[in-house]
Amino acid sequence: MKKKLVMIGNGMAGVRTIEELLKLQPDGFEITIFGNEPHPNYNRIMLSTVLQGDKSIEDIIMNDWDWYKSNDIQLFAGEEVVEIDKEKKQVISEQGRKVDYDELIIATGSSSFILPVPGSDKKGVVGFRDIHDCEMMIKDSRQYKKAAVIGGGLLGLEAARGLLNLGMEVDVVHLMPHLMERQLDGTASGMLKKELENQGMNFLLEKQTAEILGDERVTGLRFTDGTEIRADLVVMAVGIRPNVQLAKDSGIYVNRGIVVNDYMETDVQNIYAVGECAEHREIVYGLVAPLYEQGKVLAANLAGIPTNPYEGTICGTQLKVSGCDLFSAGEIGDDEGTKSIKVHNEFDGIYKKIVIRDNRIAGIVLYGDTKDSNRLFRMLTKREDISGMTSVSILEASGCCGGGEAGDVAAMADDELVCGCNGVTKGTIVEAIRTNELTTVDEVGGCTNAGRSCGRCKSLISDILAYTLGDQYDTTAKKAGICGCTTLSKDEVVAEIREKGLTNVREVMNVLGWSQEEGCSKCRPAINYYLGMVHYDGYKDERDSRLVNEKMHANIQKDGTYSVVPRMYGGVTTAADLKKIAEVAEKYDVPLVKLTGGQRIGLFGVNKEDLPAMWEDLGMPSGYAYGKTLRTVKTCVGEKFCRFGTQDSMGLGIELEKKFERLDTPHKVKMGVSACPRNCAESGIKDIGFVGVDGGWEIYIGGNGGTDLRAADLLDTVKTKEEALEITGAYLQYYRETAAYLERTAPWLERMGLDHVKEVLADENMRKQLNERLDKTLERYNEPWNEAISDRAIKEKYYQVRSVSVE
Amino acid sequence: MQTTKVRIKVADYDSLPERAGQAVTINGQTIVLFRISTGDVKAVENRSPHRKGGTLADALVSGNFIYCPVYDLKISLEDGKVQAPDTGEVKTYQVEVFGNEVHITI
Ligand SMILES: Cc1cc2nc3c(=O)[nH]c(=O)nc-3n(C[C@H](O)[C@H](O)[C@H](O)COP(=O)(O)OP(=O)(O)OC[C@H]3O[C@@H](n4cnc5c(N)ncnc54)[C@H](O)[C@@H]3O)c2cc1C
Ligand code: SF4
Ligand code: FES
Repeated sequence: MKKKLVMIGNGMAGVRTIEELLKLQPDGFEITIFGNEPHPNYNRIMLSTVLQGDKSIEDIIMNDWDWYKSNDIQLFAGEEVVEIDKEKKQVISEQGRKVDYDELIIATGSSSFILPVPGSDKKGVVGFRDIHDCEMMIKDSRQYKKAAVIGGGLLGLEAARGLLNLGMEVDVVHLMPHLMERQLDGTASGMLKKELENQGMNFLLEKQTAEILGDERVTGLRFTDGTEIRADLVVMAVGIRPNVQLAKDSGIYVNRGIVVNDYMETDVQNIYAVGECAEHREIVYGLVAPLYEQGKVLAANLAGIPTNPYEGTICGTQLKVSGCDLFSAGEIGDDEGTKSIKVHNEFDGIYKKIVIRDNRIAGIVLYGDTKDSNRLFRMLTKREDISGMTSVSILEASGCCGGGEAGDVAAMADDELVCGCNGVTKGTIVEAIRTNELTTVDEVGGCTNAGRSCGRCKSLISDILAYTLGDQYDTTAKKAGICGCTTLSKDEVVAEIREKGLTNVREVMNVLGWSQEEGCSKCRPAINYYLGMVHYDGYKDERDSRLVNEKMHANIQKDGTYSVVPRMYGGVTTAADLKKIAEVAEKYDVPLVKLTGGQRIGLFGVNKEDLPAMWEDLGMPSGYAYGKTLRTVKTCVGEKFCRFGTQDSMGLGIELEKKFERLDTPHKVKMGVSACPRNCAESGIKDIGFVGVDGGWEIYIGGNGGTDLRAADLLDTVKTKEEALEITGAYLQYYRETAAYLERTAPWLERMGLDHVKEVLADENMRKQLNERLDKTLERYNEPWNEAISDRAIKEKYYQVRSVSVE
Repeated sequence: MQTTKVRIKVADYDSLPERAGQAVTINGQTIVLFRISTGDVKAVENRSPHRKGGTLADALVSGNFIYCPVYDLKISLEDGKVQAPDTGEVKTYQVEVFGNEVHITI
């Protein structure tokens, strides 16, 4: 009979313990996990990155639902355990579910500490601990402007940076005169404050919150000195509090945390605690590195394998805010027993302080340059005697002839820890690199977990790659190519295509030494695009190098069905066409008929086999609602019907769409034409937009209405429709020739600079040449739906599903 | 319901497009055949191993790998394993080619 193992808490420390246990004893236990949050285990550390907009919730899931399933773990997500009956050896959940255990792990983590001041229960007051908090902040940022973060520590500053990225104004309120006073001394803290002020944070130091103002929702803060500030969102980041109530109520010995011995055992038999809820030798930890070490010891203990006791950990801290490179560990203050080495280079904004006690490093503070943090931290944790070293050799990496970090890596023992968070040693990494032929830091992470928590160790992993691969690494992995198959940048690829006269995708990959012979989903479509752009005169498109939507000329939906959106030039249609669309929708039982954002009609949920027949019945051209090409030209009704209209917006729109449809562009392109500045067609957020004014058209470029909202810039004002078409052609072609594949016009314009683009397009000769190349390109295209209907080979290759039956 | 494995003919070899998927429905279950550039034919279940599901028939094919059309997972056609850093596995089927006949075992 397998032993029953129950775990309360489905967080980082707990799940890591289970992972370690599964490695040691895959079939030893029947495992049940209760987790309060309705998610599988995710990387809580990365919530800061999610808030800052660099990652999505999806990206930070560490163990997806399948992981639990494939390891036979019963997970009750979104279910809280409310009672432990240690006599019956049973846990009881809020839903009344009772589960027996032989062994019980408590891994309940901690919660944000909410200041007990009047008003702290108002709407708009949140902690910063879980996905829910993060989602609340993101949601509120869309509606409100002013945020206050209480707490100038690690969490508070990361939250504040995130809120700035979300477009809010942020006040950071801190009780102490210095930020991060537990990790930084006065000098480093001052430097940090200056940098963050430059980034747009406002600091209110030595302020104690007395009350949170507002009716139902927060409207501001009042401090003990009587001053007030306005705030629509208050983030409490003043500390965390271990979740111990459940353990306490069940009669388990609790001090600040659940007290455990060196084997993570509580005072009750068969009950263990691990993670932020546990107190070991009077310390409750708040970083994952020590928690993962605890998890390892606990896993071995449960598996009955002899293990060293857990004896505590010294932690290093860094801040995950770009532009603030800092590291801190150990003692940061001075006393009679310490001497410290300090270097302060104000000009470069670098500060280093090494606190030394009894000839050993006792503390480290680095600001502005943290490349030596791993080496110094190792010296600290290994308690290396430094009496023979000069202060320069302590501060700068050892090794002669500027051996630097790589030399330092060579000197590392194989069993030395590289990734503290995940307990990965140098030896493990070197072996993984050799046996699996890894060449990038990400690949090492995929194989060993190293670098996949806080990311601090990534630079060291990169050094180990350099050291293990030698020259190979310097020339290959450090420089990022357009994808993992090459080290060549977009400009280099395009230059090689031109110089060597390469004419097809396979040849490009072959001649330029692609590491994966047939490329990947990133480079194949990109090369196909670049080839088509360079050889504008008659390039034969490679359909199988396009991604699904462009290959199929329809948008794939997640259930494998497709959508059909016919072209409707300028959003103008006829009663006859509408009838046809309606008939087709009925005939093929289309589940959803909807107007799209670009003034078209979309038929959604179509089976792939039905596509050609539907297109045939419709007899309309493809609306390219799926492509990296001209999507739609949205128009207002304009002078023909609107009393404000000064120009023929529908006319220009239709002409633009007819001229530029089907053109391959680096990314999708949308246009808008409004006949007066009331701008009903939203021309200000299009890749190119036209606004009718008395006697002409204003042309706006680089607008975007999507994720990264950007108002378009005025490029020029022209008198006639012909001029408008000519400038549009030149603009599109210049974008096509200079943008990277998948770069939209908004970031492209920011990169190139509006003035530069204006200058290019002001040059008449230049415009002429650009238009010539563009017109040649446009000659290449055929209507794809029509092609699929009339070409049997295409129909069979892409649109048929065979059926075989067996009895 | 089938309980034992059977081998069935699913397609003519020369009708399979090169470096593209061909979906075949067998008693309601869809399997995708990929004729890769070495000439070999591979077969996988038409279901993305991504936790949100999706289909694989229109995947981009590169050597012995395909890229899931919706979530861009890189999947080995050899053993169905999703490549790191993603995880997961899609069901694969044994394929045999006899002359011009492609058979799979289900
Ligand atoms: C924004 C942020 C940034 C961070 N940055 C870093 C960093 O850079 N480096 C670093 O090392 N650490 C960082 N941390 C800390 C790190 O995330 C934690 O130390 C770690 O997650 C703790 O793991 P745990 O398993 O103890 O607790 P948790 O991950 O919190 O997991 C505990 C789980 O138990 C659940 N639970 C609690 N009670 C019950 C119950 N009765 N029944 C069922 N379930 C229950 C909770 O809902 C929770 O999901 C950061 C934390 C945050 C919030
Ligand atoms: S943009 Fe001006 S002209 Fe066009 S519909 Fe609106 S108000 Fe009328
Ligand atoms: S040290 Fe945090 S991920 Fe490696």
